[in-house]
Amino acid sequence: MTITGESEGLVEAVDGKAYTVGPLLSGPPCCRPETQIRVDGLSLGYGGKPALKDVSLDIYRGCITALIGPSGCGKTSLLSCLNRLTDLIPGCRVEGRIMLDGADIHSSGVDVQALRQRVGMIFQKPNPFPLSIRRNLEMPLKEHGITGRSELAARVERSLVDVGLWDEVKDRLDGAALSLSGGQQQRLCMARALVLEPEILLMDEPCSALDPLSSAVVEDLIETLRGRYTVVIVTHNLGQARRIANYAAFFWVNDRAGTLIEFDQCRRLFEQPRHQLTAAYVRGLRG
Amino acid sequence: MSPSARDARLLRWLAFAAGLASAVLILIVLFLMQESWPVIARYGLVHFVSARGWHPTEGTFNLVPMLAASAATSALAIALATPLGVAAAIFSRFYAAGIVGRLLHWVIVLLAGIPSVVLGLWGLTVIVPLILKVAPPGTSLLAGSLILALMILPTIALTTEAALASLPSAYGIGAAALGLSREAIIINIAIPATKASIFAGVMLASARALGETMAVLMVSGNVVQLPKSLFDPVRTLTANIALEMAYATGDHRASLFVSGLALTAVVLALAAVARRSGGQVVHA
Repeated sequence: MTITGESEGLVEAVDGKAYTVGPLLSGPPCCRPETQIRVDGLSLGYGGKPALKDVSLDIYRGCITALIGPSGCGKTSLLSCLNRLTDLIPGCRVEGRIMLDGADIHSSGVDVQALRQRVGMIFQKPNPFPLSIRRNLEMPLKEHGITGRSELAARVERSLVDVGLWDEVKDRLDGAALSLSGGQQQRLCMARALVLEPEILLMDEPCSALDPLSSAVVEDLIETLRGRYTVVIVTHNLGQARRIANYAAFFWVNDRAGTLIEFDQCRRLFEQPRHQLTAAYVRGLRG
Repeated sequence: MSPSARDARLLRWLAFAAGLASAVLILIVLFLMQESWPVIARYGLVHFVSARGWHPTEGTFNLVPMLAASAATSALAIALATPLGVAAAIFSRFYAAGIVGRLLHWVIVLLAGIPSVVLGLWGLTVIVPLILKVAPPGTSLLAGSLILALMILPTIALTTEAALASLPSAYGIGAAALGLSREAIIINIAIPATKASIFAGVMLASARALGETMAVLMVSGNVVQLPKSLFDPVRTLTANIALEMAYATGDHRASLFVSGLALTAVVLALAAVARRSGGQVVHA
């Protein structure tokens, strides 16, 4: 074990609770209403067809923000804008501004690879690379310039401890990542994002491809990320959004383009929605 | 006729066709064995690698110069075509956007379609004179390898391209989301994940190179000798069969069947290795 600083607290935490994130417990106070990402008048279209129209919202530092709404309302599209993964989609056009800590992520001087290191992403279907567990974590680190053997080993271990996978895989780090179960694979993918020490994590329905037990484990894990990371999560599971999110944004399709209907603190959005559509959706009447 | 009777009739026809296809292979191998048996029985297998030279009219049948020529031309062709083919596949898959990629793909497919005799003709009139300027006589091991490389390039490029295309897009998107460069994705993920298929493609290409006759015959000079340099004329096993079959009789004829049998065994073994390593058979 080469975890530094908070290692004592970490060990206790691991002993006490199976899936506790280590050093994060001593991180900044949970969820400050301080804007980290400001989405301003964002519109997006694929080959001329609008998918998202004029969305503006603030994403707060250290909080979990849930994006909810029916399929096809542009939630995933919004998520992909935040790390500029939309750049990879041919014919995808993005208008409006996304300010990350006050700087426009679409301005010409932005290093997209550095941006994606700061803004990690977890996908619906676990997508570990067909490499060993260790290579899955080391390879991105090496590509971002971290080559010291002891630092690599330390960061691999810390990220696996963070996602509660260390005890399960420490004896087979050189085994194939694809031989892990679905839930383990998804946690490995989270470790792979965490190992780069991002500030923000984007999650696109991270539990929807998992069985209920694995899903609960991953959900607990997301909850423990609050405070150290800013999390934006797309979910169709309203119960999940309600359980883990501090803020929630409700999207709906208007004129075949996704629009933001309501954005509020999660509890208020579920208990005192201001908009009729929101009220109907969260009560399960629509969508 | 009832549907089940129709189904039974279809099954009979399909079974017949499948049986015929496998029977032909078995019959060909049996035929090769039968035809080569007299000379194997008389001289023993060791004779074919230890006799004093290839003098079929005097009863010495040393196949080593031909074996060496076949192995050398094929190996050199593989060494030339593998990096080129893999590079072309990576380029068309990762770098050539839209129309350029499709164009490149079709050029490779068309290259695979050029008849080998035409390639031989081209080699004889273009490649051989160029080599002649460097070192006579021009028709040589090198010329044969270059033409073979051109012939097997499409096999390697197309199998690699198919393997790369079969990679889930989730790998590429996931890697991009980690801030990995395209180069990192290719080197760390795409190539390791497809290396078994690339290897299979190379094995199939080797089988094709070893079996190729006409183009190599036209440009390699066909002198029975162990090559000492790339510029020496050589005669491959296949060329030897094609050149001598027309007039060979008796043991001489049987010895050509021995080379055919050896060639078939090697090619089938390569195809089996290719299949085991998980590659799909793409006939170019």
